[in-house]
Amino acid sequence: MTGGGGLGLFAVFLAMGAVTYVPRVLPLVLLAQRSLPPRVLRFLEFIPVAVLAAFVAPLVLAPAGPLDLSLGNLTLLVSMPTVAVALKTRSLILTVVVGVVAMMLLRLLT
Amino acid sequence: MPACLLGPSVGEASSGRRGFGRPHQTVSSHGVRAGARAALPVVLGYLPIGFAYGVLGTTAGLPVWAIVSMSVVVYAGSAQFIAVALISQGASPASLVATTFLVNLRHLLYSSALSPRLERMSAGRLAWLAAEITDESFVMAARAVGPQERLGFAFMAGLNGTAQLSWLAGSAAGALAGALVGDPLRFGFDYALVAMFLGLLALQLRGRTEAFVAAMAGTVSLGLHLLGVGTVGVVAATVVASVFGLVWGERP
Repeated sequence: MTGGGGLGLFAVFLAMGAVTYVPRVLPLVLLAQRSLPPRVLRFLEFIPVAVLAAFVAPLVLAPAGPLDLSLGNLTLLVSMPTVAVALKTRSLILTVVVGVVAMMLLRLLT
Repeated sequence: MPACLLGPSVGEASSGRRGFGRPHQTVSSHGVRAGARAALPVVLGYLPIGFAYGVLGTTAGLPVWAIVSMSVVVYAGSAQFIAVALISQGASPASLVATTFLVNLRHLLYSSALSPRLERMSAGRLAWLAAEITDESFVMAARAVGPQERLGFAFMAGLNGTAQLSWLAGSAAGALAGALVGDPLRFGFDYALVAMFLGLLALQLRGRTEAFVAAMAGTVSLGLHLLGVGTVGVVAATVVASVFGLVWGERP
């Protein structure tokens, strides 16, 4: 990942930023003040929940690639108290702190 | 997110069209402050996760300026973590850009969902707000507004700007601390992203339909992942689960 040094690296970042910006801006400008059908709105309301679950499931249940439901799966192990803290406290920061500290302790022990 | 379950949201959604669309030409500092306050949970998440990104960036051999500038011009957490991993593996610029595009394609869905919740405003202002749409800032914006209300430019600019500033601060601090921390995996920083996703998910689960959609999305995504489908699987699982939520959620 060299080629052109710092300037080349920055150019790659700019390209990454551009391809990220397109899906961010297009619907906002094109759909501005146009009525979306209620069913479409309802569909879009499910997206945050769906995308979070879709993201997290492989990370927790198959962190190394293949499915791993054993006790050796530290991510799965740590995720249990993490989810419990999230549901109990409804605090994002407490959830992250407990999760990271639990992972740190578990790695120090194993 | 308005907690509209099992039906009546159809009327709510369509009535959201009246009344609140007057354009505001000035940016009220009150609105910006309200947006900044609404960003606080995101800030508390972004500071440690940005820090983790910064630390991981140094372990991939990236200089501090590069770590911080990626947070300025790309500003997409998971894509930046993935980019750091790819750079440390010596990936080509083309594969970096292509992967970033795929990972960030989901912003299409956020941007579409945000559009009907915004007041009428100029294309320039929309273009400004679009640059800082993220998973978390979208969720906060969606939570901040009822089904019949609209979000103004000032509120959104305050929310988004505060969120990105905290991401920048976390990235910079992490990059500077990177050399001192040593092996970041030992300290569990890589888990911060998973913890944040789990926490956000737990906060979003407000009813049976949401739980169903989440379980469905997780299962489909895991299945596609195990079949070797890359990050496109996340987008596909999201769409499939949301469609099922729509169909299942409208049954009496």
